[in-house]
Amino acid sequence: MLIPKLALRNLLGAGLRTWLNVIVLSLSFFVIVWTQGIYKGMGERAADAMTEVELGGGQYWHENYDPYDPLTLQDAHGKVTGQLRALVDKGLATPVLVVQGTIYPGGRMRNVLLKGIDPSQMIVSLPSRFLQEEGEELSVLIGSRMAKNTGLKKGDSTTLRWRDINGTFDAIDARIVQVMRTSVQTVDTGQLWLPLKRLQEMTGMPGEATLVVVDQKFESPGLIAGWVFKNLDYLLSDLRAMVQSKKVGATFLYVLLLFFAMLAIFNTQVLSIFRRRKEMGTLMAIGLARSKIIQLFTLEGAMHAVLAAVLAAIYGFPLLWYFAVKGWAMPEVVDTMGFALGEKLYSTYSAGLVVGTTFLVLMVTTIVSFLPTRKIAKLKPTDALRGKLS
Amino acid sequence: MDNSVLIKTDELVKIYPMGQTEIWALNHVSLAFQKGEFAGFVGPSGSGKTTLLNIIGSLDSPTKGSAEVLGEKIEKLSHNQAAELRNRHIGFIFQTFNLLPVYTAYENVEFPLLLLRMSPEERKKAVMDALDWVGLADRVKSKPAQLSGGESQRVAIARAVVKKPPIILADEPTANLDAENSHHILKTMERLNRELDTTFLFATHDEKVIQYLRRKITLVDGKVTKDEWMTPKASGE
Repeated sequence: MLIPKLALRNLLGAGLRTWLNVIVLSLSFFVIVWTQGIYKGMGERAADAMTEVELGGGQYWHENYDPYDPLTLQDAHGKVTGQLRALVDKGLATPVLVVQGTIYPGGRMRNVLLKGIDPSQMIVSLPSRFLQEEGEELSVLIGSRMAKNTGLKKGDSTTLRWRDINGTFDAIDARIVQVMRTSVQTVDTGQLWLPLKRLQEMTGMPGEATLVVVDQKFESPGLIAGWVFKNLDYLLSDLRAMVQSKKVGATFLYVLLLFFAMLAIFNTQVLSIFRRRKEMGTLMAIGLARSKIIQLFTLEGAMHAVLAAVLAAIYGFPLLWYFAVKGWAMPEVVDTMGFALGEKLYSTYSAGLVVGTTFLVLMVTTIVSFLPTRKIAKLKPTDALRGKLS
Repeated sequence: MDNSVLIKTDELVKIYPMGQTEIWALNHVSLAFQKGEFAGFVGPSGSGKTTLLNIIGSLDSPTKGSAEVLGEKIEKLSHNQAAELRNRHIGFIFQTFNLLPVYTAYENVEFPLLLLRMSPEERKKAVMDALDWVGLADRVKSKPAQLSGGESQRVAIARAVVKKPPIILADEPTANLDAENSHHILKTMERLNRELDTTFLFATHDEKVIQYLRRKITLVDGKVTKDEWMTPKASGE
């Protein structure tokens, strides 16, 4: 314990120089944990929201369905029968029919996806109950982004045109029964939600669906002919890739901060070794072995990270706690980020994140601290005492 | 080696290469020192005084010949063995005091004992005794920057004697001190030599130090030109 005690004593004895390095390093610490926490929270909350509102416990896709290719939609539908029908009847799944359509809000043409869903379904937390039909009028549910883009509001009517199974165009007036506010853009932008049965009748596809959303408690029954099961790992992969790409941008920021902190420590170490040669000579004369002096100086540098961790904990924990519990209000512009963010962003921190960051900073600081001390290995006691580098 | 002989050099040679030429800092120096001696190497700058002191103190190794300190051949010691020898058996006093700047007087004196892994109680007693010897028991909390030159050198002496080593090597210990402080320091060292039977070896060309020596070895160009026993002209007695 002698060397750590001496290192700490030397470090604290260096006063302001130490504290400047420690403050910069603690900022890096805080920024790393904070940004990682934000992106973790962002990813987790977006995944939760998407699971709740859209994805359920996974989806069976019609074998022709490709959400990235609208041209496939015409052929991407099939009868919900057998095992799938049984799941729907047991309340463990809900079918969704997706077809292309066009609306004419304010006299302008706009291509949309028409999505039919059972108004009484409980599988996803979409407010489909508003689609309960009353009379001949077609009830339609849209999201707040769609409402904003099209200028439609609750109670408005718009002409809806679609093609049935034979390719024949038809049109009807649809009334907006509800504008839902959701953080999940993939159930909102460019989409109209309709009662499933009505859409099946309109398109001439009775009992058919494009995809079947299963309950979150559902365990896949295996292969079903004509349908492909997509689990949450697959369905959330785009979101995760997006979060990852944003993380890379944030990583650049903290790598830069860490680099500056390391530069300051490296500089301090180089200066220390240059300025404290006489002290090293004295330590050698008193009987401290050269290897111990290397340990001492390396540890002095590495202890910057320990002090930085303590300092970051003092001011960082309350701030991180605040972001985790109270959240961080998001400006409206982030709605265009492609994430299901919501109005507030809550950070998520794990012990692994804090321990991992501490370990990373400690390791990098130790390496940076050790590099200049290698010079000591070549230092002759007599040269050191004269203040010379060997 | 005779039991009472602590230090012995035999045909000691130290050569420093300087470009194409060589500088003979020590040229076949053979000397022996017994326990309790108060001796000094005297001579002009570049005569080899400090080099000889450094080799005896295991801070340097000879090019040729042998230096034996407390039965250990300096030229055969590894870095760690040399550090161990210095830590346990040799105290150093330097011209520029060489106190550790961030430590207090107490901590500077305590440092060698930390390396010896003494218990805190033993350490405290030894440090206070050593500071008491040099008359600085009331400056324990002062840092080197707050001490005068004379006080700093006294702390350095306390640091050298705190572990009660059999040998203390002092390289120009009074060079940065005024006459009054020099005499004070030398009297302190002489008293320690007398009371603890510590062997003191000086490298000096300061007349004030020479007055206190009981043995004066004159070096010129790395060679011993004179080795004389003296009656000290000045004494703390």
